[in-house]
Amino acid sequence: MRQAIQTDRLALNRRHWMIFFTIFAAVFLALVVIGGTFLNPERIATNFQEKNLAPSLHHLFGTDWLGRDMFSRTVMGLSLSIKVGLIGAIGSTFIAVSLGMIAATMGKAADRIVSWLIDLFLSVPHLVALILIAFTLGGGFKGVVFGLMLTHWPSLARVIRAEVMQVRSSEYVKISKRMGKSSVWIAAHHIFPHLLPQMIIGFLLLFPHVILHEAAVTFIGLGLSPHEPAIGVILSESMKYLSSGMWWLAFFPGLSLLLIVRIFDWVGENIRILADPTKAHE
Amino acid sequence: MKIEAKNLGFRYDGYPWLFRNVDLTIQPGEIVGLKAPSGYGKTSLCKILAGYEKPVEGEVLLNGEPINSKGFHPVQLIFQHPEKAVNPRWKMDKVLNEGWRPDQSLLDLLGIEKEWMTRWPNELSGGELQRFCVARALGPDTKFLIADEMTTMLDAITQAQIWHAVLEIVRERNMGMIVVSHEEKLVQRLCHRVINLDEITSRM
Ligand SMILES: Nc1ncnc2c1ncn2[C@@H]1O[C@H](COP(=O)(O)OP(=O)(O)OP(=O)(O)O)[C@@H](O)[C@H]1O
Ligand SMILES: [Mg+2]
Repeated sequence: MRQAIQTDRLALNRRHWMIFFTIFAAVFLALVVIGGTFLNPERIATNFQEKNLAPSLHHLFGTDWLGRDMFSRTVMGLSLSIKVGLIGAIGSTFIAVSLGMIAATMGKAADRIVSWLIDLFLSVPHLVALILIAFTLGGGFKGVVFGLMLTHWPSLARVIRAEVMQVRSSEYVKISKRMGKSSVWIAAHHIFPHLLPQMIIGFLLLFPHVILHEAAVTFIGLGLSPHEPAIGVILSESMKYLSSGMWWLAFFPGLSLLLIVRIFDWVGENIRILADPTKAHE
Repeated sequence: MKIEAKNLGFRYDGYPWLFRNVDLTIQPGEIVGLKAPSGYGKTSLCKILAGYEKPVEGEVLLNGEPINSKGFHPVQLIFQHPEKAVNPRWKMDKVLNEGWRPDQSLLDLLGIEKEWMTRWPNELSGGELQRFCVARALGPDTKFLIADEMTTMLDAITQAQIWHAVLEIVRERNMGMIVVSHEEKLVQRLCHRVINLDEITSRM
């Protein structure tokens, strides 16, 4: 008995810690976005007096061949990446939910078409489809954002479709119908509450993918324009200077990108565990 | 109201006939047991009567009229597993009031406690959940009740309490009722007569 109470309290503590760290990580990500947005552009102005400096207390990530502060460039790049990722992930989630609902509710033909689309998109590697779409739309911001939206929805659409089908075939929905409830009422009260956590978690788990893929297409020159302070741009420019021993140019921006992506992944995963319906009400 | 099944035949898509030529009439106030070996189609027949499945042949009439499939269904079915019959993401008061607002006397009769209302389904026992399902099914427009293994999963005391409450309501409102149960004694005690699905169908 006492032991049961003890483990109970431990579990509660673990949950609280998880919530605490998740909020902490989310605040950190928000700070990066805000920092990148409101950072003084002066800080990445060309300054030949301070070019090619190794990392120091004054320039945490060093400076580049034009004397620009790499820390500021990195924060701005990450901020831009997160914003592009946000638009891409929202768009993808919207497409996924729409197609998933259509597949599950509009009959066999609709289901077959959507399933075919899902399989088609899943059979082509993300990056290839993304490059094709971005290239077709003429590259740049528009090309990347549409490319990201149009390539990241399939796995979430599959999850949503399965979820809607499962709820629709449940006994409590059938009982609800026999109590005279309309399809719209059932969709709003029975189905939607089940989809909401899936949507939020799906969205959060899409985020890191979208950010990485944006950086990748930008890196190979098919994404954001070289004038934007994007991480992909920083990395591809820095490649040319690596052989001259300026390791910090690529190292810190690359590491920061990985860190941000990992944090997003971790936050999404934590929220998924926290929202687990079998544990949520304990 | 009188419920009639005329020449019912049923099969699941792509499966052989479960039963054909089922004729059945149950008068208001009559409590009828339904018997058949496992897998014979008792649950399927109940689902047809309660509008969950469409018969492949024949029809179900209530007071001589076909049942309107829109709106509150006058034939209500109570399932064996209450935990599947309630939305796990709804609090119990929402579950209880989905179709109608049961009054306090019904809640007292079924032993539903106020304190349960604010809980989630996974915080109640099967017996407690089943009381909610029974209350939910006994709306003012319910003319006929079907209990498909309603208390099979429950202990003897809970069984007795639920059956006591259900019988009281069914008698008071002069409703008809079908009882499906594997417990011979229970069926003998509750029912005016017992139908053997075996004897009223032709299986193919
Ligand atoms: N949705 C379905 N699709 C196909 N076959 C089904 C479906 N539901 C039930 N069956 C089959 O129909 C037959 C009758 O099932 P049913 O549940 O009506 O039997 P039952 O008489 O209630 O059995 P039990 O006494 O075990 O509850 C079974 O063989 C079952 O496997
Ligand atoms: Mg059965």
